[in-house]
Amino acid sequence: MPLSSRHLLGLDGIPSDDIKLILDTATSFREVLERPIKKVPSLQGKTVVNLFFENSTRTRISFELAERRLSADPVNMSADASSVRKGETLKDTARNIEMMKIDMVVMRHAAAGAAHYLSQVVRANVINAGDGAHEHPTQALLDMYTIREKLGTLQDVNICIVGDIAHSRVALSNIYGLRAMGAKVSVCGPRTLIPAEIDRLGVRVHYDLDEAMAGADVLNVLRIQLERQDRCFLPTLREYSQAYGVTPERLARAKRPIVVMHPGPINRGVEISADVADGEHSLILQQVLNGVAVRMSVLYLLGTAN
Amino acid sequence: MNIKARIIDEPGFERMLRRLAHEILERNKGSETIAIVGIVTRGEIIARRLAKMIQDIEHRELQIGFLDITLYRDDLRDNLKQPILRGTDISFDVTGKNIVLVDDVLYTGRTVRAALDEIVDLGRPATIQLAVVADRGHREFPIKADFVGKNIPTSPDEEVRVLVKEIDGEDAVLLVEREGGKA
Repeated sequence: MPLSSRHLLGLDGIPSDDIKLILDTATSFREVLERPIKKVPSLQGKTVVNLFFENSTRTRISFELAERRLSADPVNMSADASSVRKGETLKDTARNIEMMKIDMVVMRHAAAGAAHYLSQVVRANVINAGDGAHEHPTQALLDMYTIREKLGTLQDVNICIVGDIAHSRVALSNIYGLRAMGAKVSVCGPRTLIPAEIDRLGVRVHYDLDEAMAGADVLNVLRIQLERQDRCFLPTLREYSQAYGVTPERLARAKRPIVVMHPGPINRGVEISADVADGEHSLILQQVLNGVAVRMSVLYLLGTAN
Repeated sequence: MNIKARIIDEPGFERMLRRLAHEILERNKGSETIAIVGIVTRGEIIARRLAKMIQDIEHRELQIGFLDITLYRDDLRDNLKQPILRGTDISFDVTGKNIVLVDDVLYTGRTVRAALDEIVDLGRPATIQLAVVADRGHREFPIKADFVGKNIPTSPDEEVRVLVKEIDGEDAVLLVEREGGKA
């Protein structure tokens, strides 16, 4: 039973069977990652291009490790080193890569819809590694895998996404994926960072973190993008931290077991305190480990389907 | 399923497994150094049965694991139906062990080739031995079983089916006509 699509562009509208297949398959790859030789020959002879038009260390390394551990051959291309600087269009870049006989493209791009466009102009399988403020499906899948691993299920689990919802592709992909799997999703943040009509996606909206935490099993804390500070979405970082920073005191006040996740990289002392990030409630490092397994699962399922 | 012959029935199946258990013990001078590894799905069931018989004979706990060779298959890229991963579960160190690999039917030898590669990635066993319920011939690789339940000469348009109670409701080995498809 293969995936219903040749590409992974986003989780909007994806059948829950596809999500389940990816998560179940990732369990097998978690086992592979525990072996002395952390490598299987499944994608031998396949070439994967990692096309990163936006800076990323973590996601790119996670994808590259996943590719190598499936015995695929990765080729990396980043924006500052490429012909994009010289004014080449995405279509021409894609066409050129295509002529070099590649099988899959993993792409991050600043424009929403870039992966979708690419999937229409190349024959290779396309995996979206983040397109603007639109989607980042593999991050959401690894978040879901981590929650399921910890709590045993996603059905009826209460997940609150905290922070800059308006500019977050992680938040959007999580909302689509979690809703498809029957989880209950809420978002929490200052009014300037919560998009209007987000409730139409079937999520509850909180502006008060303590109130949001009173009903949550999981907090998914988003990074406050310091580079966006000059656009005045927040009065000061200190004020944000006081209103929305996840601290041990807040977790204690919530009077229920809450686990904390973060897609990284974390700003210690801004959206999450160091004690929480390193503490017993944190699943942050588990997310990093699961990220490789989940990306192996996606690459394997797309790369071996006909 | 068009059955041409019922080659082993239920009591015969039990006696055959019991003989295999004794042969494995005889070859390895007891169960001290051996570990049983079944290839999922039917090899896993047969491995569990063999392990239980060996434990009952030797009164000693036996290490047992299961191998899903899907990731090591050589037909992954041109297989039309994507197989579901069931996962490998071998929680002991294979290094230095005499591994008894268990499967239901030995045919081309490609599954066993994949299993050998996967086990070698997990460590360095002292030996790997192969036990199968049925050997139907038509090898494509130089692979030979150490312990065979029943040698069944077949033509390419026949198939050997090993049925087990846990999945099929009965224990039996059947010779059947191949359904459609290529030989």
